[in-house]
Amino acid sequence: MILAAAASPEAAGVFIELGLIIVCLALVARAATSVGFSPIPLYLLAGLAVGGLFPLGFSEEFIEVGAEIGVILLLFMLGLEYTGEELRDNLRRGLPAGALDILLNFTPGLAAGLLLGWEPVAAILLGGVTYISSSGVISKVLSDLGRLGNRETPSVLSLLVIEDLVMAAYLPLVAVLLLGVGLAAGMASMAVAVVTAAAVLVVAIRYGEVMSRLLANNSDEVVLLSTFGLVVLVAGVAERLQVSAAVGAFLVGIALSGPVADHARDLLSPLRDLFAATFFVFFGLQIDLAAIPDVAVLAVALGAVTAVTKVITGWWAAGRAGVGVRGRFRAGGALIARGEFSIVIAGLGVAAGVDAQLGPLAAAYVLLMALLGPMVTRSIDRWVVLVMRRRAATTADA
Amino acid sequence: MPRIEETQLPGVGLRHDFTTRAGDRIGVITHRTGRRELLVYDHGDPDSCRDVVRLDEDEGHALAEVLGGTKVAESLDTMLQQSVEGLTIDWLPATASWSCAGHTVAETMLRARTGVSIVAVVRGEDTIPSPTPDFRIDAGDTLVVVGTPEAIKRAFTHLEGGVET
Repeated sequence: MILAAAASPEAAGVFIELGLIIVCLALVARAATSVGFSPIPLYLLAGLAVGGLFPLGFSEEFIEVGAEIGVILLLFMLGLEYTGEELRDNLRRGLPAGALDILLNFTPGLAAGLLLGWEPVAAILLGGVTYISSSGVISKVLSDLGRLGNRETPSVLSLLVIEDLVMAAYLPLVAVLLLGVGLAAGMASMAVAVVTAAAVLVVAIRYGEVMSRLLANNSDEVVLLSTFGLVVLVAGVAERLQVSAAVGAFLVGIALSGPVADHARDLLSPLRDLFAATFFVFFGLQIDLAAIPDVAVLAVALGAVTAVTKVITGWWAAGRAGVGVRGRFRAGGALIARGEFSIVIAGLGVAAGVDAQLGPLAAAYVLLMALLGPMVTRSIDRWVVLVMRRRAATTADA
Repeated sequence: MPRIEETQLPGVGLRHDFTTRAGDRIGVITHRTGRRELLVYDHGDPDSCRDVVRLDEDEGHALAEVLGGTKVAESLDTMLQQSVEGLTIDWLPATASWSCAGHTVAETMLRARTGVSIVAVVRGEDTIPSPTPDFRIDAGDTLVVVGTPEAIKRAFTHLEGGVET
């Protein structure tokens, strides 16, 4: 039976297409790693190119499901990074900085969407795209540059934690808005979503340890199957309750702690890498390559504004922690990168078929910011020193 | 003891740092994976690191050992010094060049010659408390010894080259 199925021309078509795509991604990832860049924007480009040049015949369905698993795993692994206590502590300490972050970085996207005459939901999604920094890109760049020990780094990480928490409230909100139901029904679903998310969070903090102990096992296989199964199941239930699958997965990640979290992180990272890459390709596939030039100027303008607003956010947050001028600018520069989660947010809108410009604009924006962010992070310190020296020189002359 | 500051790095681990008497600020990041990063802060820009040394878990332990034992051992040390005036506890790593390597505790005649007692032997992951006189010391063991500071200095030279067989 299995042999017969595998020999069918359709299966052969799926394998060849998938194989070619993944080989392409491998080449792209290799190129990105060798120059020290995040491969995310390149995966997106690969998806754009494939979608524009060779329409897929067979594997689209598989890629679509794979992409959704990719989102779930991205959020699960994100939740795994933090414990419930860390979230609580950071929320308490970093609240002012987190509020400024929302004000400065959500607003430009929202305003741009409204100015373009989009429907409010699409504008709110664009706000999310410009708001959320890429914790994946940023923590990798900080680690590569040896800046994890710097005194501005806790401020940066704390902001990333808060952004991720905000996502947990934001995703159910847009899920409800995208349904397009009436105000009363919308409020009801929203209430269900918030109550569920809050309940899971409380359970996660209170009973996470018990759950972690139940899931722990010496066998890799057992841990892999039980965590993956649990994550997908909870994500499905969350989706059914309109809390959004991604948030369900995120909360499971938070609930897991201790040795089983480390174990699951090791085991699921390769799966995450595979499916997340699938997700970025899928997002690229859905976007019309021809629409990109039309939004390019807009993306650059939005990128310039939100790069400055992120620098201000980081500058202020690090200043509150008593960091000096150079460190404050380093913190700001580090926050510029947007990436995986901006695409997750835009992907929701694209899947629901909101404004046609959202997808291309978000793609161009993320491409720009995922490349610009690490570059600025690397060189902002040098610029600040140069400016400080020049200033010192002019004061000395005068 | 310098005042060590602890900072949480969400998603990464913990950072400990302090300023030395000479004015250098140094720190250690303990990643959740067990990896360590040794940090030396910059004088010009005290918020950034001049040097970062990445250590895996074994290297971190090795460095801690070279620097004189773990924190637990240190506090044990101060505790002992407080309770018994003039008595010191010390860790002597036995190397292959030691003449006592391969000999039993009794053969070293350590107590008789120097007045220092071996209270425990650390071998790899194991700790052997109160080794018996016929316990054989191997290169690579760490001897936990108790005595007056002068006696421990004598014991070190004795163990290194003075065992008569």
